[in-house]
Amino acid sequence: MPTRLAAAAALALAATCAAAAPAPMGYDDARHLLARTGFGPTDAEVRQFAALTREQGVTLILRDVRTEAVTPPPAFVSDTTPVRYQPQSLTPDERKAFLQKQIREGLEIRAWWVQEMLATPSALTERMTLFWHNHFVSSQQKVRFARLMYQQNATLRANALGSFSTLLHAASKEPAMLVYLDAAQSRKGQPNENFAREVMELFTLGEGQYTESDIKEAARAFTGWSLDRDTGRYLFRPGIHDAGVKTVLGRSGNFDGDAVLDIILTRPQASEFITAKLWREFVSPEPDAREVKRIAQIFRGKDYDIKAAMRGLLLSDAFWAANNRGTLVKSPVELVVGTLRQLEVSPGAAMPFAVVAAGMGQNLFAPPNVKGWPGGEAWINSNTLLARKQFLDRLARMDDAPPAMMAAMTADAAPPAPRAAVASPQGAADEDKVRAQRFAQAMDRGVRNVRFDAAVWVARQAGDTPTAKMQAAQSLLLPLTPVTAEAPASANDALAFVRSTLLDPAYQLK
Amino acid sequence: MGLTMNRRSFLRSVASSAAAMAIPVATFGSAAVAAVPARGDYRKLVVLVELKGGNDGLNTLVPYADPAYYALRPKIAIARDQVVQLSDTAGLHPSLAPLAPFWKDRRLAVLQGVGYPDPNLSHFRSIEIWDTASKSETYLQEGWLTRAFATQPVPTSFAADGVIIGSSELGPLAGGGTRAIALADTEQFLRRARLAQPAAHNGNKALAHIMKVEGDIVQAASHLSGRTTFATEFPAGGFGNAIRTACQIIANPSGVAVVRVTLSGFDTHANQPGTQAALLTQVANGLVALQAALVELGKWDDTLVLTYAEFGRRPKENQNNGTDHGTANVHFALGGAVAGGFYGAAPNLDRLSTDGNPAYALDFRNVYATVLERWWGIDSRDALGGRFAPVPFVKA
Repeated sequence: MPTRLAAAAALALAATCAAAAPAPMGYDDARHLLARTGFGPTDAEVRQFAALTREQGVTLILRDVRTEAVTPPPAFVSDTTPVRYQPQSLTPDERKAFLQKQIREGLEIRAWWVQEMLATPSALTERMTLFWHNHFVSSQQKVRFARLMYQQNATLRANALGSFSTLLHAASKEPAMLVYLDAAQSRKGQPNENFAREVMELFTLGEGQYTESDIKEAARAFTGWSLDRDTGRYLFRPGIHDAGVKTVLGRSGNFDGDAVLDIILTRPQASEFITAKLWREFVSPEPDAREVKRIAQIFRGKDYDIKAAMRGLLLSDAFWAANNRGTLVKSPVELVVGTLRQLEVSPGAAMPFAVVAAGMGQNLFAPPNVKGWPGGEAWINSNTLLARKQFLDRLARMDDAPPAMMAAMTADAAPPAPRAAVASPQGAADEDKVRAQRFAQAMDRGVRNVRFDAAVWVARQAGDTPTAKMQAAQSLLLPLTPVTAEAPASANDALAFVRSTLLDPAYQLK
Repeated sequence: MGLTMNRRSFLRSVASSAAAMAIPVATFGSAAVAAVPARGDYRKLVVLVELKGGNDGLNTLVPYADPAYYALRPKIAIARDQVVQLSDTAGLHPSLAPLAPFWKDRRLAVLQGVGYPDPNLSHFRSIEIWDTASKSETYLQEGWLTRAFATQPVPTSFAADGVIIGSSELGPLAGGGTRAIALADTEQFLRRARLAQPAAHNGNKALAHIMKVEGDIVQAASHLSGRTTFATEFPAGGFGNAIRTACQIIANPSGVAVVRVTLSGFDTHANQPGTQAALLTQVANGLVALQAALVELGKWDDTLVLTYAEFGRRPKENQNNGTDHGTANVHFALGGAVAGGFYGAAPNLDRLSTDGNPAYALDFRNVYATVLERWWGIDSRDALGGRFAPVPFVKA
């Protein structure tokens, strides 16, 4: 949230609502709202929101959200060359060249997205785009063409806080999705059930809300949804569409794919399923069934307006409840982007940080399977926790690390990254060793360009005394009482203090 | 370890002893009843060796007497006179010759046609099926060993439940409940582990999980050292280093139940022969060193080494001197308590599916059941999502 915009809006909102005069939410609530809906808020941002009521704050968060990135995408995304890959017709050198191009372009869109998350004035837009990326999952590992992954990302962003109905229809026809769930291979007489199954199980209704027959019939309706390999665009092919009568979820007719999606959306379960998933992303790990039903009804009643669902969630008692604070684990991308934003350092190139997040288990544009990253506690194991701590440790040490120490830490920085940035043409597993080196190099390249001056940063926090400023810094960084961090009163070195706060287990939470 | 006797006569003797050792699949049920070791005896170690990318089983255990094999692979088949013959129908890739003495000692079990119903040909999905022991169409979050250890916990005095070497994917140990440590080498782990801080807490569930992992790291670090010296020489290279690291961990007196090492690069779509030969050489030399080091530690009889991979490869070679993703595969079990011989059944190359792959003969969950029930003496039903009969490749 840009400072000026937020300040002006805050004043305007405060003036509008002055008559009702509800209490301003205060620092802790503002910190909670911003940490849950964005990436690591700064002290200045928190203080602006602190003057608003909860309702004003939520209104402001949901107002004027962007639908496009501010960061210009890499040039290749406007290519209009065919998206065709036929390994059997290529020589080994051509295959290698193809693979390298896709790896390069895949890294470019990762860097672009991380840069957008760092730069955006509309943090919720990126958080929602990330949420939908993990909902309408596809992976470059199967899709191969980075351009198609970018197109899908743009569609998710455009509808991130719009209508879920529009989003569902658009995401379903995204070329990346058509490839990832084999719809592009589906034809009359040989319908592929992959998409039909996942659209009900994972995208809308949830397990147990449909029958195997519903899937088979729906798969027939989706035939004809295809990809034009010459342009990389969606194409309906009437010749392979099954135009017969289908029975889906109790309704019969000569349905096409769009009709089936609309039938699915008439089910209340769809709104409840999405609301519960949003709850787990923004409120707490365990949705309250009654509240989910209440908010889902609003969601459905407003034609699946995602903002309406978000407003319901963010204004629910559960969102603000003390025992739900600090109960969600930051994803690797949130940790990396949030830390850079919160410490107000300018990182230079973003690509190393995309690779660093991959090393912690979140490789953007390559979720592990159609269910996406499981998230929550699954983000944290011995390897990923040490990768997180090593990143934080190195970031905090950057203002005093002599060259010799840098070299030693670089040699040390080799936790193996997870799945390859992009797999080989056949989806080959990359060499762990290569990935480990990539992680180490990325960490080094990324962190080397960052200059974090802890003393200056702490001095910038609110407070009349050094101890008060350190207290403010800790309140900003941690959602809970510190577990292992130094107490501000006993700290005399700003760097050691910030470092111990970043390494506190509570810093992994939001 | 080299072959001391004349190669030809040695191979003949290996082949004849192998014929006597072949055990039909049908005896699993009755043989399983006999073996009930002490319940949850995690002093008995399991070393899992992941051949990542999908090792080509058909050129690993070569059906050198089958004309269909040579017809499917005119360019990349292993010539009959190159094969290390184990029986009158099957023999090892020449790079695996260092394993032949284990076969002769009946400490090498060859598990043939290992797979599962409705196979998935995606690397990521298929290894997930293996690691979680799920059905092909079911998605599970927890690894099969995580579920097993939930049924019968590893003693808290152990350094860790399991250690994952050279990979960040916890695979069979994935999921919150288990004390799994992932590291590349012990010295590096011990340096990084200083960033972990054990502390008392009474926080929420997520915080409790993080504190548990911090504690796991500290506990493992306090028990491990990288300083054990071995007379065994470990092979140079990444896999040799991983085996050396594994042995450093196994040497710690407080114990771990399972160690997994990974060798990548088996996704041989192009120019397979040279690549696979080099990789299998690393496997063979690494396993020979592992055995020697285990003997030094007095743990060879208490260790079960098992290979696995996401899938095997297509019997018919492709246009690039390579092979594409397949299904059923051959795997090895090795150890002082292994009952050597053939298990399962070789793929029938005359009866391939429409996509050109053989049917499986032995479900990988039967192999896992053997580890859980016959080796550790724990129940396998919850871990494997059903009842799978153990295979008698571990001695009762």
